[in-house]
Amino acid sequence: MMEDKITIEKLNLYYGDFHALHDINMHIQKNEITAFIGPSGCGKSTLLRSLNRMNDLVEGCRIDGSIKLDGTDIYNGDLDVTVLRQRVGMVFQRPNPFPMSVYDNVAYGPRIHGITDKKELDEIVETSLKQAAIWDDLKDRLKKSALGLSGGQQQRLCIARALAVKPEVLLMDEPTSALDPISTSKIEELALELKKNYTIVIVTHNMQQAVRISDKTGFFLLGDLVEFGETDQLFSMPKDERTEKYITGRFG
Amino acid sequence: MSRAKRKDRLMTGIFYAIGWIMLAFLLYLTLTIIFDGLKGFQWDFLGAAGNGIFDQFFNTIYLVFLSLLVSVPIGIGAGVYLAEYAKEGKFLTIFEISIESLSSLPSIVIGLFGYLVFIMWTGMSWNILAGALTISILSIPLITTETNNAIRALPVEYKEGSLGLGATKSETIRKVLIPAAMPQILTGVIMAAGRGFGEAAALLYTSGQSTYINWQNFWKVTSPTSPLNPFRSGETLSLHIWVMRTEGALNPSATQIANFTSAVLVVLALLFTLVTRRISDRMRKRNNGGN
Repeated sequence: MMEDKITIEKLNLYYGDFHALHDINMHIQKNEITAFIGPSGCGKSTLLRSLNRMNDLVEGCRIDGSIKLDGTDIYNGDLDVTVLRQRVGMVFQRPNPFPMSVYDNVAYGPRIHGITDKKELDEIVETSLKQAAIWDDLKDRLKKSALGLSGGQQQRLCIARALAVKPEVLLMDEPTSALDPISTSKIEELALELKKNYTIVIVTHNMQQAVRISDKTGFFLLGDLVEFGETDQLFSMPKDERTEKYITGRFG
Repeated sequence: MSRAKRKDRLMTGIFYAIGWIMLAFLLYLTLTIIFDGLKGFQWDFLGAAGNGIFDQFFNTIYLVFLSLLVSVPIGIGAGVYLAEYAKEGKFLTIFEISIESLSSLPSIVIGLFGYLVFIMWTGMSWNILAGALTISILSIPLITTETNNAIRALPVEYKEGSLGLGATKSETIRKVLIPAAMPQILTGVIMAAGRGFGEAAALLYTSGQSTYINWQNFWKVTSPTSPLNPFRSGETLSLHIWVMRTEGALNPSATQIANFTSAVLVVLALLFTLVTRRISDRMRKRNNGGN
């Protein structure tokens, strides 16, 4: 029996009067890649952003039910939101390096969390860039601005930046939708490599991507989690008619 | 040639002409001021006493420095508040409009307000600090507006990226948003300094029209004649021009002094703008990279 990393129970989420997620129950397991799929506006990104409380930024966003990280409620427990976000890192749809050097981008998180020792920072930067498989590309341009990198490099830099604060979970919000096919496959390989040490949740528009890299898949429609299970099974023998229609391309 | 194409050519020509006329006018103006200033030049203009304007030169820089010391932190703070903390809505819009119109109020009115608050209420005589604070009333809105716009123009992904790493809102503002917006904020600082260099009316009744400095007392800040004492009266270059053209006209060299002062002031303001622009461009380049 695998361990639950994140447990979502009876989660309802509202943006003002709009009921965006209905009674979601889900167990996300350690060292697995869990993919969220579904048509635009189905709530998959909303759910992802609830896992590190990024929805707190949206005015009028309200939640009931519970999300637990290692058994601790992340909304009502004693877990500080900055600690939560350190433990649950995020990679965004559009690569978003800060307008500063490659080094400062990766060192940003550790510095925020109080690491000032130059040697220690150097080490973290190197390890993180290696983990994101981009050290060789960037080791000679650590002092250059991160905005001068290509899109694919920027996205891997952002992954390195997220890894630098030593998270346990990595949330990826359509991380390859702005990238070319080669960069996309590099990010996918990277995700497969990273799941050995991290728990990964990925939102994707690309069903093939879910098939290629995820262990479990959840299919969302209009705020409902229609079906959730082993990726192989969900794509070969979906239990729900709506899932079947979606994965065979009949809507969405 | 078709009609549309002819019209297009004509309009292009007109815009070019307007541009060149503006440039020519600007060059003519600047060069005239500088040549007129140099024409009647006498060596004693450079001194600190008599016909010299060195004291006024120093006062101008000191006053601009003091006013930026006040207006930069307050202006940036207010801009950050508007962009990141204030609730959107009617109140915020009214607030923003008021701030923007504050900087376009007639400066003589602000000058009299400064006189009332910083001179009458404090019971002090004319002093540089009062002048600097009065200038700040005019320049804070410039920096505030520029900061507010600069931060709002940043991609929301910067903020999300920082918060997503576990940074607090204030860390995000200090370490990501303000540095990213800095090149544009500096534009506001240039405009703010420009008010300090150019303003005469607002300083008439605040920083005063006389200067008594003893350069021997430079570091004795508490001495009433120390150049660094912010509580002494101090006439700036632009005010000196006005004085030379009115009550100072009894001086036989008044016109030459006024012309030379104008030239110095123009060059000073130009230099400040160029240097700050350079810093701002460098920052922009460093931020945006390129390979």
